[in-house]
Amino acid sequence: MATAKAKSSSAGKIKIDKSQKLELYRIMSECRALQQRAYDLFMQNLVKGTTHLGQGQEAIAAAFGFAMREDDYTFNTYRGHNHNYVRGVSMTSILGELMGRDIGQLRGKGGSMHITDSSKGAMGSYAIIGAHMPIAAGAAWSAQYRGTEQVACCFFGDGTTNIGTFHEALNFAKIWELPVVYICENNQYMEYTPIGDVTAVEHPAADRASAYGLEPILVDGNDVEVMYETAMAALEKARKGGGPTLIEALTYRHHGHSRADPGKYRPDDEVKEWKENRDPLYGYRAKLLGEGIDEAELAKIDANTEKMIDEATEAAKNSPPPPAEIAYTDVFADGGAEWRN
Amino acid sequence: MAKLSYREAVAAAMAQEMRLDDRVIFLGEDVGAAGGVFKATLGLFDEFGPTRVRDTPISEQAILGATMGAAMTGLRPIAEIMFSDFFGVCWDTVVNEIAKARYMTNGDHETPLVIRSANGGGARFGAQHSQSIENWAMAVPGIKVVAPSNAYDVKGLLAASIRDPDPVLFFEQKAMYGNKCEVPEGELVIPLGEAATPREGTDVTIVALANMVPKSLKAAEILEKEHGILCEVVDPRTLVPLDTKTILASVEKTGRLVTVEENPRLCGWGAEIASIVGEELFWNLDAPITRITTPHIPLPSVDVLEDLVIPSVERIVDTISKMD
Repeated sequence: MATAKAKSSSAGKIKIDKSQKLELYRIMSECRALQQRAYDLFMQNLVKGTTHLGQGQEAIAAAFGFAMREDDYTFNTYRGHNHNYVRGVSMTSILGELMGRDIGQLRGKGGSMHITDSSKGAMGSYAIIGAHMPIAAGAAWSAQYRGTEQVACCFFGDGTTNIGTFHEALNFAKIWELPVVYICENNQYMEYTPIGDVTAVEHPAADRASAYGLEPILVDGNDVEVMYETAMAALEKARKGGGPTLIEALTYRHHGHSRADPGKYRPDDEVKEWKENRDPLYGYRAKLLGEGIDEAELAKIDANTEKMIDEATEAAKNSPPPPAEIAYTDVFADGGAEWRN
Repeated sequence: MAKLSYREAVAAAMAQEMRLDDRVIFLGEDVGAAGGVFKATLGLFDEFGPTRVRDTPISEQAILGATMGAAMTGLRPIAEIMFSDFFGVCWDTVVNEIAKARYMTNGDHETPLVIRSANGGGARFGAQHSQSIENWAMAVPGIKVVAPSNAYDVKGLLAASIRDPDPVLFFEQKAMYGNKCEVPEGELVIPLGEAATPREGTDVTIVALANMVPKSLKAAEILEKEHGILCEVVDPRTLVPLDTKTILASVEKTGRLVTVEENPRLCGWGAEIASIVGEELFWNLDAPITRITTPHIPLPSVDVLEDLVIPSVERIVDTISKMD
């Protein structure tokens, strides 16, 4: 069987200037702070329900968020805080939602797993594995029909590659040559189980690409510049009518699957290797310093990030819980929940 | 007025709305060039072309997911799920995604879409191609449920469903596709949530849906002629929203309620109506509420068995004639 070969870059032709590098660093830094703060808040028992955090996977969200056009569509899973943040959903809205406050993005009606703001192209966080893959195809179909050159980007985990919607959506996207980019964030564990233990091929997404007439693309998901180049190439292709792209981005989640999971099933040396030597944020920081960027510039970004997350935390903490009446709103388009006269 | 068949009324409603609004697009298996396996969408492909009438692979999850994605981004898609039994393979998209999108996002998502599907028995297709699942749909908050009983209502209610800002499950009773009645050629829209009363009477209220409506009307004729019982037949037409006012007013007048349901017994839509009438009109009732349903079994294929278990004119007459 043909196996996908890792590429250092899918495009490799894009020049990334210093200001862009600093932007990529800033976005990753803010995502990390947001996720770390979410973790701290639930350790303080201030987060209701569950959370699925994305520390370690920031490069993928940051690169796409930076590369996408303002009116492009993002579809993501319940591990989606970073993806929403990079489209412009505020830290306060996200933390407020996690904490079940009225200031939350969905006023507590959705929770951690459903952050959405379609006015910013953040088309939803989906908590049924794979369900959003055909929905993203539908948004792409709509863009194609309306002739807007918008692209839908759909993020999912390695576990998703074994559910039916993955296969239905890829076939669908290809036969209609839809402007959609599917990004598998292969963090190597489907919930608590190594993906390799439950998958027929080595590379869960890339090795399936050829079944749908797609090029196998396997990239280092922890290298933000590689991710940015890959994103730009896929977005441009989709925008020009070149059809869908499937990307497998290799990454690692620093924490367990969700708040209930300490992640003890992973070997200590594996976790150590990914955290110490392959961290997308710290690795990029070291790279930028190596390229001669002044540490003071990075420190300024770091300080601003700290200030932002502290202010957002305070704003969320100071918000009351939502009023009772919103439990009964927005079931139907008339704003209410009435099913009889 | 021309006579149209139930199936022709489907295409007529869709064509009416597609001419008015280019956001209306249509997808499903064999719906385009082939005109649908029940020929209910014949002519649409020729008139509107392959960009608006799209044949899909056998991928129900992709069909409904794409429908939702298109609806969220400014279009008004219509999907066909060939047999309502096939909702079993894409029910997640209906109940977890489409139905909950608006509520979960605090009103952010809009999902104006219609899913049409051939529903119900009478065609000898066996247990996986004959179910009546309108009661599954009724049980899920966030979707509207329509089940017309004649070609006139098909045209008017389908047009209203396409214009509706909420997701609508539109159940076409497949044994009725050949039934004809007079349907206006011009624009026809019937608001969702308004029951029809195709026969008035003073003794018993029969609430029936889809193919149970003509059977109940026939039974009402026999009951009047042979037993002197005057039945009022109420067709809710839509289960969500439910026109309880019409039902309650009718039962208030007659004092007796019988539901005639094609769905299997447990949690059929009639149970909800019985519960509402029991709570709100108990002291007006002159007899226990009676539900006539298919028993709680999968549907058998062969005609002698299928006809035995789906409520029949004879069973309706027999049950009502023996009521107190």
